[in-house]
Amino acid sequence: MTASTSHRRTQLALGATLVCALGAMAALPAQAEDMEKCYGVALAGQNDCAAGPGTTCAGTSKVDYQGNAWKLVPAGTCMTMDLPADADGMARHGGLMPLDRDMAS
Amino acid sequence: MSPHEMALVRFGAALAGGALPQGVTADPPEEAERRFNVYRNNVAVGLGAALVQRFAVIARLVGEAFFAAMAHEYIAKHPPQSPVLHEWGESFPAFLEHFPPLAAYPYMGDVARIEWARGQAFHAADALPIAPAQLIGADPERLQLALHLSVLVLHLATPAVSIWQRNQPGGEGEPIGQSAEIALILRDRAFQVPVRAISAPEAALIAGLKRGETLAQAVAQMDDFDPTALLLELMQAGALCERAEP
Repeated sequence: MTASTSHRRTQLALGATLVCALGAMAALPAQAEDMEKCYGVALAGQNDCAAGPGTTCAGTSKVDYQGNAWKLVPAGTCMTMDLPADADGMARHGGLMPLDRDMAS
Repeated sequence: MSPHEMALVRFGAALAGGALPQGVTADPPEEAERRFNVYRNNVAVGLGAALVQRFAVIARLVGEAFFAAMAHEYIAKHPPQSPVLHEWGESFPAFLEHFPPLAAYPYMGDVARIEWARGQAFHAADALPIAPAQLIGADPERLQLALHLSVLVLHLATPAVSIWQRNQPGGEGEPIGQSAEIALILRDRAFQVPVRAISAPEAALIAGLKRGETLAQAVAQMDDFDPTALLLELMQAGALCERAEP
């Protein structure tokens, strides 16, 4: 086998691998495309925010489920997700607008 | 310079430790310096807190007291040049490498490079991921994919990626590498910014795509490495985009 046919075979194998890869890439489930800001559901220090990681805002909520801290969640799940009840036994829900419960003191 | 701009410059210089700006007074006047110190302190504390949050792993590695003292020096030597706080800190990795008390910890600069790059990736301009339909039946010899601007590859001289991972919540059990590592940083569809160590062939594929090579050309840079896993990862993260026509 000459060097050029060997090269040609490698190219063919590569092409087949790539076509397979492209098929797999096209078949990936679309995910996380529709997210909404959900207030009052993040654990302390786990909130997202417009400023992003390592700046002056992300990960700075002081209490669990802090009402004015938000996290990106799949659209449509914010109001319905299960949260533990608060210390007085009142049910908690997330909100699409900032909430005034569970504020850091 | 207008009188107003002059006043701002003098006020800024005074905040950074210069003499009290002209016209500042208090009742009684001898208290002006002490009262102005409240402003100086607010600025120093605010900048120090911003630095801790941007370089949280460095703060964890050196401890609170060490970091506060070091931040004081950094703020004096490299004050923010932009009012946008997330644009401040690019010189911090190099500062760490030349900070004599850290001379025995050569990985600090690389860990800080990862933390800086994560902020850059988070704030990178939006771009629409390529539509899956465009890949079906595409010819790899002709297909050109653009990478999302958030995709950053850092060739680090130290095992900084595994050190960074070890210092994330829940990362206590992660092993620390022994040698140089390459970091892949990107912003995914859920606005998370994961960091992963990648192999040299994977870095070569990403570099090829960044240079505008076709998919087949870029993959050829990987020698015999199977590109499928990395391509799927990039696709899933929304990091592959359509190439704008030149």
